[in-house]
Amino acid sequence: MRKITIWFLATIAVVVLLFNYRTSTRPDSSPSTGTVGDAGVPGVAPVDPGTSRRTVKRSGSTTVANGPIVQTKRGRVQVQAQISGGRITEITPMTVPNSNNRSREINKRAVPQLRTEALAAQSAQIDAVSGATLTSDGYKESLQAALDDVHFKANP
Amino acid sequence: MTRQAFVEQIMGLPVSVHVRGPGADSPAAANAVAGAFAELRAMDAVFSPYRPDSRLSALNRGEPVDDPLVDAVLDLCEQARQRTGGYFNAYLPETGGGTRFDPSGLVKGWAVERAAEHLEGYAFYLNAGGDMTVRGSWRVGVEDPAQPDQLLTTIEVVDGAVATSGSAHRGAHIVDPHTGAPARGVRSVTVIGPSLTWADVYATAAVAQGPQAVTWLATLPGYEALLVGDDGALLATPGWSLPA
Repeated sequence: MRKITIWFLATIAVVVLLFNYRTSTRPDSSPSTGTVGDAGVPGVAPVDPGTSRRTVKRSGSTTVANGPIVQTKRGRVQVQAQISGGRITEITPMTVPNSNNRSREINKRAVPQLRTEALAAQSAQIDAVSGATLTSDGYKESLQAALDDVHFKANP
Repeated sequence: MTRQAFVEQIMGLPVSVHVRGPGADSPAAANAVAGAFAELRAMDAVFSPYRPDSRLSALNRGEPVDDPLVDAVLDLCEQARQRTGGYFNAYLPETGGGTRFDPSGLVKGWAVERAAEHLEGYAFYLNAGGDMTVRGSWRVGVEDPAQPDQLLTTIEVVDGAVATSGSAHRGAHIVDPHTGAPARGVRSVTVIGPSLTWADVYATAAVAQGPQAVTWLATLPGYEALLVGDDGALLATPGWSLPA
């Protein structure tokens, strides 16, 4: 169970700090300061709706990024990340394998853990995480891709 | 200063490259990253144990293989076996007798280092499943193997490598080559040093050896290590850096 979550921490921490970094070094982009851990900062650099990828949508201060569908041994996985005010506010599995007990168990526990980790990571002043080698997992692949898409769009 | 992230799925792992500093968002940087990913895919094509058309698969079928890359890895694996007192051994016993050559534990770090050469001149890190090589200064958290949503510590890594091996998350997937039994005693070992190839090899060997590996790790010039025991106890080499 745990193996699917550690890498998330790395991913989320890195990506979130990217967001914070951008906002804190671009004082002209918004009135925000982008301080890490500062709640409510309108931080994510604007994504131009006209040039957004199909999987990244921005509504008001909320950016919603859908990761690609990732084929795993247990089935297809796709997650959606919502970023608001420079912070990950929600991680939702859109497509999950549900064919066996293990998959259901993953679905039941992974999402709440991810939310927790996203919040924890946002207060951690780190660039990356080193951990025991993790096998590939659709969740982290799809999430990372979703977040990276947002990041790419935040840096035109 | 800009910062850019890239990710691809290679060698069964999510591999990410983060570049920052002047030129990080330039087309040249993107090209360099593409070159790094291509290098990793090329190494995977040669050394994948899962691809029947890889050189490694041919080698294990007993076919003649003439490839300088394979020769280089064979040499490195022998060096690794010697440097680790046999706790790293790429020759794995097969069920039913015989041995199979599986250098995966060495090839990953080695391939990442080769790939990183494409990024020379940038401040970057290249992270393959939690093992990374970095240029410039980056703050790296070390996960707590018992609580993966927590960090044990954070270290600053400058122009070096960090590798973590463990048994906690995938079951005991590292075996003691001397006994063939699953490694016991440590949950994870994190090694920091100049080379990812060797940091990864040392971490894997230390997991196989158990907590007493800390005394061996302390003798390795240029490398420092943090071990997490099965009971959660922390052991570190004398030069392990304090939290950044």
